[in-house]
Amino acid sequence: MAGTDAADGTAATDTADGTVRTMREALNGALAAAMAADPSVVLIGEDLADPGGGISQVTRGLSTTFGTDRVRDTPISEAAIVGAAVGAAAAGLRPVAEVMIMDFISIALDQLVNHAAKARFMSAGLLSMPLTVRTAVFGGIGSGATHSQTFETWLAHVPGLKVVVPSTPADAAGLLTSCIFDDDPCVFVENVALYGTSGPVPGGDHRIPLGRAEVKRPGRDVTVVAYGRTVRDALAAAELLAAEQVEVEVVDLRTLVPLDAATVLESVGRTRRAVVAHHATRFAGFGAEVAALIGEELFGDLAAPVRRVGAAFAPIGSAASLEAAVMPSAASIAEAVRAVVAH
Amino acid sequence: MSAEGVGTGGAAAAGAGGDPSGPTPDQRREMYRLMSLILAVDERVRRGLSGGEFACTYWPATGQEAIAAALGTVLRPDDQLVTTYRGLHDQVAKGVPLGPLAAEILTRRTGVNGGKGGVMHVSHPPSGLVLSTGIVGSGLPIAVGVALAARLRGTDQVTVASFGDGATGTGSFHEAVNLAAVWQVPVVFCCQNNGYAEMTPTAEAQPVGVADRAAGYGIDGVRVDGNDPDAVHRALTAAVDRARAGGGPVLLECLTYRLWGHYFGDPMRYIPPGELDEARRSEPVGRYRARLIADGVLADTGADSIDAGVRSEVDAAFTAALAAAAPEPGDAFVDVYGPAGG
Repeated sequence: MAGTDAADGTAATDTADGTVRTMREALNGALAAAMAADPSVVLIGEDLADPGGGISQVTRGLSTTFGTDRVRDTPISEAAIVGAAVGAAAAGLRPVAEVMIMDFISIALDQLVNHAAKARFMSAGLLSMPLTVRTAVFGGIGSGATHSQTFETWLAHVPGLKVVVPSTPADAAGLLTSCIFDDDPCVFVENVALYGTSGPVPGGDHRIPLGRAEVKRPGRDVTVVAYGRTVRDALAAAELLAAEQVEVEVVDLRTLVPLDAATVLESVGRTRRAVVAHHATRFAGFGAEVAALIGEELFGDLAAPVRRVGAAFAPIGSAASLEAAVMPSAASIAEAVRAVVAH
Repeated sequence: MSAEGVGTGGAAAAGAGGDPSGPTPDQRREMYRLMSLILAVDERVRRGLSGGEFACTYWPATGQEAIAAALGTVLRPDDQLVTTYRGLHDQVAKGVPLGPLAAEILTRRTGVNGGKGGVMHVSHPPSGLVLSTGIVGSGLPIAVGVALAARLRGTDQVTVASFGDGATGTGSFHEAVNLAAVWQVPVVFCCQNNGYAEMTPTAEAQPVGVADRAAGYGIDGVRVDGNDPDAVHRALTAAVDRARAGGGPVLLECLTYRLWGHYFGDPMRYIPPGELDEARRSEPVGRYRARLIADGVLADTGADSIDAGVRSEVDAAFTAALAAAAPEPGDAFVDVYGPAGG
């Protein structure tokens, strides 16, 4: 079966929570399992088929196993990749389109925003849109201003779309499977910085329902709400702060739409202090929505104003020094937590 | 004579009337019925709007009836059609039920899409009318995906993307035609070139003719008189048969004319004096009626009876639609997401 090879050369280790895999392997395995389970699952995108196997090797081996009819390479045509996936979904397939790097989703936004998101509504339910668009943020590797951006907020703003951002291999596999078998259009945001990270992945039909956040680390003093790559930095910040006797709870949203407000509010209701962090631009970012939610629901209970951490309002320079100047980090999250605690 | 093959393969130019590849007398009568029905719906909408009987946005396809009539006659019921906001003629011809279609135009709850789509976004998969797009050019990539689904399922359905000349200026046009040519999926790109992209004459927006562009993709391009139903029928039959047989996509350019402007109420100041009068004098529905009578395919009385029949059908549909209720406010929140929730 494709996807069970250790693409990163890591040895597969079995644990009580599953076999240890990289996120790349977990995604590959989830795609392979979905394709094996349902012949209507097809992959559409640039460079997906072997020997390329995707620019980040996420689809490696799949065309060899399932054929190039179902793992379809395309020209560099993001509007047509997503548009064809919209048509295939309208006709009853379960396409998984890949937009190689998230910056390129700008070219496919018409199909996502005007057609995928609204087909069910505008047809009064005659159409459904079982479409998944996988895309990856390439920030953090010096790719510069047009290959490093984090745009999930754009998509979360559009009724009809679901937006999912995994942070661990197990979440990646379980959430991707749920997206593929969901009857609504899902945008699944991966991150190149996470592909090589490892963790246990449950076997069998592993699915994580959309719209359920998870507490990734319990703590009683401050809640840090994050998702995707930023969860790793939040956990690192929590480790730093533990040495300072500050116990940080890290809530991983996992799904931005639908948003699990209950888990966020339950956590902040206990800790009475919150920091919301993401790698997307802070200004008008998704964190503003979460901070507003907390403010509206818990204003009287809060011990400090909610603080937001995100990328500064500037393009992302290619030089590592420039990228670091703009991007959040474990240190900047820890700084925000200290400020909230000191309030 | 009204079709020419252009582009690489040069799909055979269809012959004149009487050609065995042309439509049969039954098909010609059916095309006339469809044209008369389309015109009756269009006239009913324009009459209602002019008289203040109802209000809705409307992009008339008046003058483009022949192309739709050919689509409705050549395509099988299970063939798929993706059209545009100027798509009432295509929707009628593909068999979207008239009552619910009229109600959708008037955005009633009984509309084919519950009043949520409106005339711009009609969708009726049971008729093979997948959807109508309100964004110029967007339907073409979607049609490629619909055609891909048919091929992967192993059916022999053909998908037609119907679009205007304005769409050929979009990146979506290029991406879709290129992808279809690479994939060789069963899709026919049917450009209804009506002379104007919104308010800009085609000549100002297109360095070469639409059909000529097919050569750049290594597919066949065919240009046809889009106001001649027999010619469109022949060209479309050849293109659809070819796609169905696995021969890949064809780019069909139907030359036509938009008689009532970009939108209802368009003052059409951008149209040179005289051009519109001349086009209206030779509008395709009356012209086809006269031809069928001259050819002995239809008697005067037969044509009158078709016209009267469709008119009463249309009147009944709009009377029912006018009596129907508007959507409930709560409907605004239904079908935003599927039953799994959002």
